[in-house]
Amino acid sequence: MRSSKWRKRRALRCTRQRKSPRDVTQGRHPTAAERRWAETTLTRALEQHPEKPIGAPTGINLDEHGEARFTTLSGRPIRRLYTRADLPEDWSEEKYLGYPGQAPYTRGIHPTGYRGKLWTMRQFSGFASPEETNERYQYLLASGSHGLSVAFDLPTLMGYDSDHAFAEGEVGKCGVAIDSLEDMEILFQGIDLEKITVSMTINSPASVLWAMYLAVAEKQGADWKKISGTLQNDILKEYIAQKEYIYPPAESMRLVVDTFEFGSRYTPRFNTISISGYHIREAGSTAMQELAFTLYDGVEYVEWARKRGLDVDEFAPRLSFFFNAHNDFFEEIAKYRAARKIWYHVMKDRFGAKNERSWLLRFHTQTAGVSLTAQQPIINIARVAIQALAGVLGGTQSLHTDSYDEALALPTAEAARTALRTQQIIAYESGVANTIDPLGGSYFVEHQTLEMEQAALKYFAQLDAMGGMVKAIEHGFPQKEIAEASYQYQRAAEAREKVTVAANEFVIEEESPQTLYIGDAVGKRQCEKLKSLRHRRDNHAVRKALDALKHAAAMTPTAGTGGQVSEANTMPFILEAVKAYATVGEICQALREVYGTYEESAFT
Amino acid sequence: MANENRIRVLVAKPGLDGHDRGAKVIARALRDAGMEVIYTGLRQTADMIVNAALQEDVDVIGLSILSGAHNAIVPRVTELMKQQKMDDVLVLVGGIIPDQDIPALKAAGVSGIFQPGTSMDTIVQFIRENVKPRGVTA
Repeated sequence: MRSSKWRKRRALRCTRQRKSPRDVTQGRHPTAAERRWAETTLTRALEQHPEKPIGAPTGINLDEHGEARFTTLSGRPIRRLYTRADLPEDWSEEKYLGYPGQAPYTRGIHPTGYRGKLWTMRQFSGFASPEETNERYQYLLASGSHGLSVAFDLPTLMGYDSDHAFAEGEVGKCGVAIDSLEDMEILFQGIDLEKITVSMTINSPASVLWAMYLAVAEKQGADWKKISGTLQNDILKEYIAQKEYIYPPAESMRLVVDTFEFGSRYTPRFNTISISGYHIREAGSTAMQELAFTLYDGVEYVEWARKRGLDVDEFAPRLSFFFNAHNDFFEEIAKYRAARKIWYHVMKDRFGAKNERSWLLRFHTQTAGVSLTAQQPIINIARVAIQALAGVLGGTQSLHTDSYDEALALPTAEAARTALRTQQIIAYESGVANTIDPLGGSYFVEHQTLEMEQAALKYFAQLDAMGGMVKAIEHGFPQKEIAEASYQYQRAAEAREKVTVAANEFVIEEESPQTLYIGDAVGKRQCEKLKSLRHRRDNHAVRKALDALKHAAAMTPTAGTGGQVSEANTMPFILEAVKAYATVGEICQALREVYGTYEESAFT
Repeated sequence: MANENRIRVLVAKPGLDGHDRGAKVIARALRDAGMEVIYTGLRQTADMIVNAALQEDVDVIGLSILSGAHNAIVPRVTELMKQQKMDDVLVLVGGIIPDQDIPALKAAGVSGIFQPGTSMDTIVQFIRENVKPRGVTA
């Protein structure tokens, strides 16, 4: 016999059932067990302790019913709990993930993950003169860095010599000043370019700096077929985000395709481009925008190379990518996993690539410079560790960890070493490199990965409708999308809806730390070196090489045949010019005379 | 129609650097705070900035510099402003400015320097409190 007390309790439970949290059943089909959990355990807990948003209980942190809302860094709502009910009904490992090293590569491009080879620890570095930067490179290599990554100063990035009026006050400040082949020789003195891989963050003048690099390698006696490294060479994200462009888009794209063709013929192990979301994210985009715009930039490069007549499987294996690692741990991991899958489908289905290497999205990751606080800078070490871990769990091929003092200045040697040590702790102590894609199969991570993919493909459709990325840039579309996202984030941060430790919460009074200070002496020294070079070199040979370059640059290239590059490919002419010790500024000026320059409308 | 009581601000991005996230966010925040904002776009020389400020008859010039070139650029702007007798225009600098450079920039005529992590609200308040009163109008 059941007591009346029991019946009462049961009746009470029934009323509670009607009050079960609406978000559990809205738009999803939980199992009976999950439903029971929601109606009983969860409902009771919510009655006793309502959920509280992380950050101020306003704006983005409240849903339409005035209840706590939890969102990613990019503002996407996140559920309380993810279960099988959050994956598509037909979801299965085989159908949606595949295995590592197998299509669609969601779980990684290597069948052995990091067990065969760890990611490359590659620290971005460069400041002041080539001499000082060479010293820093030797230090980083001695500290256990696997590869180098060159940061150039703004005059170099913009194609001006150190003695140009526009370079005043800028020489050696944001990176190393490189004016001529002589500087490049100093930069890599004592570094064996056949053994060390080098990445170069250079875009508009990419072919010029690459030619200098190849000339140094040649002088060292290194075989071009063996050298490996990465040229950033991603001009589209310059128009979209970082704004270091010189020539108009079509002409810039032609120079990029010239490097694809040259690389596919002569430097088969060199990545001729690093298609970069990093800068798009730093400019304030969301994670989805970073993913979508970056991969679509990749589509645009392939389209332009195919228009030239290049075979997709010839150059696509040397396309590489570069993503940001920001604060929202799972959102970032989902982004990398989705990126691999999308790129596989793009290459195979959209472009008909047959070479498996063309399908693989290989990427470098850098932790988010923009996330670092100038306040209590030492805590940035913790931020960087979390971000770097996301990159590793997302399956990155190489990684740069930011130094803790980078919100204030270029890093000191000690800060740079600490950043490298952070990666080493992840690699050698944490155990995360033991197994492949350890988060694969997590309901949350798989759901996020699918959401990322869907959001990116939605942008793809929009960009296709606009006629491609160059057209979209001319309309200011990605620029405006990013500016809007950036402002929304800043607004949420000002309202403390999004918390930044040390900047808008947990603030203390403090002294500024010691940082690296780069004075103006390097500018004077570079100017003196240029003056002497212009006096010593064969100026007739320089003039001849620049004229030949201008002639080629004015022609319309079609793909070369018989293992040769097009007669109009600018790379061989740029190589001749750098070997004659023509400067970065002189070569870029020659191209400016042919192509003109670009100015964007000021979008705010 | 321009409202005569509105504070007019020129947000400028001098030097070679193209990192314009901060400039754009500030431009929008000042606009949302009721100010008239003119954003110059990238790579403005000191001449271009001072000319634009004169043309637009602004009360405030905000320079966004992240590249470390402030010691070369800022004194050039303030010098040109002196030549043009623009003593009533407030000059602000935002960006990555090392502490040790602040005294020289202030001596050159900069009223406010905003380092990384400054809130938009702080800048809005600073402008409201420090903007110089307009000359007597007819």
